[in-house]
Amino acid sequence: MTTDTIVFSKELLEKVKEIIGRYPEGRQKSALLPVLHLAQQEYGWVSPEIMDYIASLLDIQPIEVYEVATFYTMFHLEPVGKNVIEYCRTGPCCTMGGEEVYRHLLDKLEIKTGQTTPDGNFTVKEVECLAACGWGPCFQIREKFYTHLTNEKVDEIINDLSK
Amino acid sequence: MAESIKILTDKIGIEGIENFDVYRKNGGYKAVEKAIKKMSPDEVLDEVKKSGVRGRGGAGFPMGMKWGFLAKPEGVPRYLVCNADESEPGTFKDHYLMKSNPHLLIEGMIISSFTLGANTSFIYVRGELMYVIYILEKAIAEAKKAGFLGKNILGSGYDLQLVVQPGGGAYICGEETALLESLEGKRGNPRNKPPFPAVKGLYQCPTVVNNVESISTTPWIVLNGGESYSKIGLGRSTGTKLISASGHINNPGVYEIELGLPVEEFIYSDDYLGGIRPGHELKAVVAGGSSVPILPAALILKTADGNSRLMSYESLSEGGFQSGTMLGSGGFIAMDETTCIVRNTWNFARFYHHESCGQCSPCREGTGWMDKVLYRIEHGLGNERDIDLLVDVAKRIEGNTICPLGDAAAWPVASAIRHFRDEFEWHIKYPNEAIKYQAVYKGDMIKV
Repeated sequence: MTTDTIVFSKELLEKVKEIIGRYPEGRQKSALLPVLHLAQQEYGWVSPEIMDYIASLLDIQPIEVYEVATFYTMFHLEPVGKNVIEYCRTGPCCTMGGEEVYRHLLDKLEIKTGQTTPDGNFTVKEVECLAACGWGPCFQIREKFYTHLTNEKVDEIINDLSK
Repeated sequence: MAESIKILTDKIGIEGIENFDVYRKNGGYKAVEKAIKKMSPDEVLDEVKKSGVRGRGGAGFPMGMKWGFLAKPEGVPRYLVCNADESEPGTFKDHYLMKSNPHLLIEGMIISSFTLGANTSFIYVRGELMYVIYILEKAIAEAKKAGFLGKNILGSGYDLQLVVQPGGGAYICGEETALLESLEGKRGNPRNKPPFPAVKGLYQCPTVVNNVESISTTPWIVLNGGESYSKIGLGRSTGTKLISASGHINNPGVYEIELGLPVEEFIYSDDYLGGIRPGHELKAVVAGGSSVPILPAALILKTADGNSRLMSYESLSEGGFQSGTMLGSGGFIAMDETTCIVRNTWNFARFYHHESCGQCSPCREGTGWMDKVLYRIEHGLGNERDIDLLVDVAKRIEGNTICPLGDAAAWPVASAIRHFRDEFEWHIKYPNEAIKYQAVYKGDMIKV
């Protein structure tokens, strides 16, 4: 895949233009995080080709995109499954039994942290605190929060998303 | 429910309050009208100063004073940035406030921007809360349509554009200069200070960064006056505070409390946390988010001098780090006797290791050391020198870094050892017991 093969749709390009317009003249680099999110929502992950393309859209050097995309943990730099489960592993959730539920989740999917199920449906990642401590244990799939997790609830969610 | 004043959460629970019309019908945006039509920016600033409201993000710095530091050179734009990067473990109040009543923050942003003379303001929301970003963007569009945002607000000639910016999943961006770097499209590496953001902040222009909760107090202060606000609370801890409560309690959630409430009442009253889960008892509390020192039950309920401990900046820090803690961001994590302090401390140390930006060696290397040493103690591989090693590493991080993340990483470890040293020693002396599934030290060194 070369840079030429990545081209945002017309709608996406318009959205990028709108985002750049939010910042003062010459500060289009501020659009980098929102545009990376946009690209990830579209393609599922952020490939080097996508990063190069974003650099050209924002008129910055590719390295400026790489160094940012590798710093922020939300950006997937490798292909991921259809549903990326981002599981909170931080203190308050663990206090409420988060570690046990997490073990159950991995057993159920028969994968390890960071892996994707063979059918490409689920990827599991460990993340730090999701700011939902009072509703823990919790994980997130894209924008949706799943809270008050138990083994039974995890089974239900996985079964639903496997249909 | 006890009769208690609600400044931030009074409208939460009203059906459809996230919609502009409902919010407006319930007295919303009246404060904006009052500020913009009847007051000058300096008059609003005066009220905020009088209120004594302190930064609710964790540092507790008086907000009016912070606003007063803002440089105002001719012809240079000024910026207001709202810090909604809430990532401190144990803290979820801003998340709750923004999703439940988004217009309150928008209203606060308009008042604060007007006061500071900012024409473009940002709300930097952690990227994980994308659904909250959509809620805020919808609220902004509604407010703009009604003439409260955009050009010539309420015919005053004042213009304001409000931008919601997503983060990318980095705890460090809650530090204000890291947040500004991130907002400029860079890695979240904190800046050296001085210059402070009030002089050179976003795009090297004067900038104020405030927490969601702090900004959300301004509508009430404008409507009721700073003096009324200063009468709520206790001493220099004026007003109310949102407390995010989690852990082994009966009623986890977000509570708005008047500062000065006794900790004991907060934990055990049915109006608040409703006590520890049935059949268990309180062992320890992290009172202000994972960074603040952990305290054993006895010291969170009463100070070392035997005074009743109160939920206020002053009372929680009474006794310094020897026997006190901090109010911090108000992330209140209660743990019962089933909690292994070593495991919990390792968990937090791993968090800071993961989140250190890597700029300063003491933090980059030190958090890694603490993570690894705590891991080996917890997993039965510790040796007797490890506890002193941890204390030593923590000391070498503290105060030696550009930003407070280093301190935040050192304090939980140092305080856990200070108050629960025998638990660490037990793990090292009896590794075969300590590694058993969900093993917890019961206070007896020999028997298990």
